[in-house]
Amino acid sequence: MSDEQDIILADLSDEELTLQMHDDLYDGMKEEIAESVNILLGRGWMPYDILTKALVEGMRIVGIDFRDGILFVPEVLLAANAMKGGMFILKPLLAETGAPRLGNMLIGTVKGDIHDIGKNLVTMMMEGAGFEVKDLGINNPVENYLQELENGEYDILGMSALLTTTMPYMKVVIDTMIEKGMRDDYVVMVGGAPLNEEFSKAIGADAYCRDAAVAVETAKEFMAKKHNQMVI
Amino acid sequence: MHSDDHLTEFGMVVSHCDYKRILIIACGALAREILTLIELNNWKHMALTCLPAKYHLYPEKITSAVEDAVLKYSNDYDEIFIAYADCGTGGLLANKCKDLGVKMIAGPHCYSFFEGNNKFSNLSENEITAFYLTDFLVKQFDSFVWKPMGLDKHPELLDMYFGNYTKLVYQAQINDPKLDAKAIEISERMGLPLERRYTGYGDLETALFKI
Repeated sequence: MSDEQDIILADLSDEELTLQMHDDLYDGMKEEIAESVNILLGRGWMPYDILTKALVEGMRIVGIDFRDGILFVPEVLLAANAMKGGMFILKPLLAETGAPRLGNMLIGTVKGDIHDIGKNLVTMMMEGAGFEVKDLGINNPVENYLQELENGEYDILGMSALLTTTMPYMKVVIDTMIEKGMRDDYVVMVGGAPLNEEFSKAIGADAYCRDAAVAVETAKEFMAKKHNQMVI
Repeated sequence: MHSDDHLTEFGMVVSHCDYKRILIIACGALAREILTLIELNNWKHMALTCLPAKYHLYPEKITSAVEDAVLKYSNDYDEIFIAYADCGTGGLLANKCKDLGVKMIAGPHCYSFFEGNNKFSNLSENEITAFYLTDFLVKQFDSFVWKPMGLDKHPELLDMYFGNYTKLVYQAQINDPKLDAKAIEISERMGLPLERRYTGYGDLETALFKI
């Protein structure tokens, strides 16, 4: 998607600039993304619109090409890094301008595991989609999850693991939630390279999320169901 | 003997043995170690074939590739042994080996069986922030780690990949100053302190003795 010609971002129309941002995200161009975000803010765009129409949509395209084997982890990380550049500018403004909140999520990598690339991508995409996310970081024993769930107001618990040796710990967390009678209060989503749908069902999670884009869509669906139940 | 690059990309065809009794189907990353053990112990009844070591990066390919190899050679040998541990297959390889009636190496991965599964299990509780390399992986670090992670072109990603690691553990199967020097160079590149541990062949040797 890269274009060798020099492009003056400020000369582009809103529509052209949004498409250019999709390309720049795809190519991991952090500085250009930051510049474009500032241009759109200067033109009076709402921060939420920049986030959803330019950044999240751009990352959605990246996610599709990752899923289809066109892009690989390094390219996705560069794209995420570029998005981070845009988010850094937008995040304080989103709170000020009353961007819609879809729900609250607690996320963390399980005990014994220090891998957080996927988790960080999910966190960023969920925040971009309008979720408030509390990130517990890496190597979390069950107590960390439970303590935070009990102290906060969460809709979703997300757990991540990269290792086949650590992924069974997700079941420890879910089983403890069942023991404490709190399992049904949350949607439990799990993800990580060695996981699959079958494992997710076996441990009693609500959903397996293959990648960050799927995590966002799944979370939205669950929140919509929850909303509908409340209306009824 | 094939080059390490060849073992990474293509694996190894069946080696010669005097009496075709046992075939070891192994990860290409173990080829040199197993051939050394065959030679040292004069196991003339044992042949070796290897699958591409790069499957290490795609564990989902291992189980079906092992199954294909077992089915291909099962009529030619009295016994087949699988020189893989779980290796990220999440138990699928163990289940398949059970179905096929072949034995495999115990343990989660080669870092564990080289160290000795019991010892590694005790150590790993306190070593979750360690990144492990074996002799093969020291030699193939660029092909296996640096390039696939895009670090040759984008060193700025280093912290995203390895920011949570606190040390590099080089599990040496043999004493080779050249490999030690390469491990030091890698640790400097990764920005991680190096711990060299001589493991020898660990449980790999024990497992092959038991066949």
